[in-house]
Amino acid sequence: MTSDQMIETNGLTKRFGETMALAGLDLAAPRGTVLGVLGPNGAGKTTAVRILTTLARPDGGTAHVAGFDVVGQPDEVRRRIGVTGQDATLDELLTGRQNLIMIARLGGVGRHEARARAAQLLDQFELSDAADRMMKTYSGGMRRRLDLAAGVLTRPPVLFLDEPTTGLDPTSRARMWDVIRRLVADGTTLLLTTQYLDEADELADRIVVVDHGRAIAEGTPRELKAQVGGARLEVTLSEAHPEAGVALDPLVSGSIDIDHDGRHLRAPVQSTPGLATTVIRALDQARIAVDDVQVRPPSLDDVFFSLTGQGVRP
Amino acid sequence: MTTQALTLTRSRAPLAGRLRQAVRDVAVLTTRNFVHLAREPLRLSDVTIQPVLFTLLFVYVFGAGIAISHGSYADFAIAGLLAMNLTTSAIGTAVGISTDLGTGVIDRFRTLPMWKPSVLVGRSLADLLSAVLCTAIVIATGLIVGWRPDASLASTLAGLGIFLLFSYAVSWGCACLGILSQDAESAQGLGLIILFPLAFVSNALVPTEHMPAVLRTIADWNPVSAVTTAARQLFGNPNPSASIHAWPMQHPVIASLLWSLALLAVFAPLASALYRRRTID
Repeated sequence: MTSDQMIETNGLTKRFGETMALAGLDLAAPRGTVLGVLGPNGAGKTTAVRILTTLARPDGGTAHVAGFDVVGQPDEVRRRIGVTGQDATLDELLTGRQNLIMIARLGGVGRHEARARAAQLLDQFELSDAADRMMKTYSGGMRRRLDLAAGVLTRPPVLFLDEPTTGLDPTSRARMWDVIRRLVADGTTLLLTTQYLDEADELADRIVVVDHGRAIAEGTPRELKAQVGGARLEVTLSEAHPEAGVALDPLVSGSIDIDHDGRHLRAPVQSTPGLATTVIRALDQARIAVDDVQVRPPSLDDVFFSLTGQGVRP
Repeated sequence: MTTQALTLTRSRAPLAGRLRQAVRDVAVLTTRNFVHLAREPLRLSDVTIQPVLFTLLFVYVFGAGIAISHGSYADFAIAGLLAMNLTTSAIGTAVGISTDLGTGVIDRFRTLPMWKPSVLVGRSLADLLSAVLCTAIVIATGLIVGWRPDASLASTLAGLGIFLLFSYAVSWGCACLGILSQDAESAQGLGLIILFPLAFVSNALVPTEHMPAVLRTIADWNPVSAVTTAARQLFGNPNPSASIHAWPMQHPVIASLLWSLALLAVFAPLASALYRRRTID
C-alpha cells in the first residue's frame, strides 16, 4: 500500500453467526478525498465503518487508517479519526455544550481549548441556541449535527460518517450536506456511507457500491450515473398496449422494463428539456392513453438494477 | 506506511503523560456522572431517602423488640445501618454501568484514545461520593434518634473510613454485575438477589448469637459483619460480637481491611476484563 491512502481495506471479512456481513471488502480513499460507500440496508456498510473505527474486529483481511493497522495499533488510529455513527453516541443527560467539552477533553484537548472549540462548533453547526439544553430535548437533525460536531472536535485528519442523513427531513438533510461540504473543504479525508445515490453524488469524489458485503462497482459519481443512464423515465398507461414499447424505444437510452400488468414502463433516458412532453406526444400519436409520466434522477434502486439486474433487496 | 507508523509509535506520550491522561479521563467521566445525578436527583433516593427510612424503621420498629446489653438499640444499630445501606446502595454502580452500556455513548468513548478503564473508575468514584452522602445521612438520622459514639473523633472517623473503603470494594463487584447484565433492570434484580442476603445474614441489625448454627457461622465470617464489628469497636458502641471466637470477630479492623482489599484485588481487574470483552465485537 502507499502512504497516501488514508483509508484502505483489503479482503475484509466479518461474520455474525450465519450471516456474512463482509465478504472480502476492498476500499481505498487517498488523502483529502471523499469516498462514498453506497448500498442498501444490511450491505455491510456499518460493519465496515465499525472495523475501521476500531469498534469491531475483522475476521479476515486488513484495514488501515492513516497508515495504522486498526487491529494492531488501535490507539494510533483513534488519535486520528472522528466518527459520527448512525445512532446517537452522545450523552442524553448532558447539554450539547457539556457533551462537546467532555468529548474534546477525552480526545486530549486542554480545558480552555475544549471550551473554545465547543463554542465555535456549536455556532458553526447552528446549535448555539440549544447549546445549554439537555441533548434529550434535541430534534433528529440537531442530534446529527451535534454528533458530527463531536466527531470533528479533535480536528481529525480522517472522518467517518455512517449514514449521516438517514431519517432526516429534506431541510435538515440539506443543512447537514452544507456542514459536511465545509468540513471536507479543508482537506479532511472522509468516508461516508449512505443509502442515497444523490447524497453520494453531492458529496463524494468516488463511490463504491456495496452489496452482500463486497464492492460490486466503483467509480466517480459521473461514471456510475452514466452506467445507469442519467435519468429514469417512468410511464403509467391507462391500460396495457402492445405497441407502447415500440413507441418509446427511440426516446430512451437503454432497454425498457415493462411490468407484468403491461401498464408500467421504465427505462433509462438522457434527460433533455421537454422530454416528458415528447414522450406524451409520441404515445398519443400511437393512440396510447397515458395516466402518468415521470422523469426523475437515478436512485440507488436504479444503480442496483443496472448492476445486478435486480432491485434493492427488501 | 510502515516507516510513518513506526516513527509515530515511538513518539508516543511517555508514561507520565499517559498517567496524566488517565487522571484527566477519570476526572472528566466522574464529573459526567455527577451531572447525571444533578439532573435526576431521584436516582439518589437509595442514598438519601432509603437510609432515613431504614434508620427510623429499624430503630423504632425492630428496636422496640430487641434488647441490647450495655446500650440502646440505636447505639447498636447505626453501625449496622451504615453497613446495610452502603452495601445495598452499591447496586447503583451495577445499574449505572449497565445503563451506560445500553447507550451509544460507550461506542463514542471507544473511538477515543482514552484510558479504557476510566469509564469504570469514573463510575466507582462518583458512587463513592454518593456513599459519602449516604453515610452523612445515616449519621445525621442516627444522631437525631439518639445514637452517640463513645470514642474519639479520630476513632469514629476511622470507623467511617472502613465503611467507605468496603463500600468502594463492593461497588467494583457490582460493576461486574452491571457489565454481565443485559440491561439496567436485570442489573438491579441481580444486585438485590446478591446484596440483600449479604447485608442481612450478618450481625448488622441483630446479634448473631440466637441465629441457627449454619447462619451464625456464615454471619460471623460475612465481610459485612467484620466491617460492622470494626465500626462498633471504633465508635465505642455496644458490640455483642466481641465475645464470638470467629477470627474476624476478634480482629474486626484487620479483617475488614483484608476483605476490602481482597474484593478490590479480585473485582477491579475482573471488571476491567469483562468490560473489555463486552465492548468488542
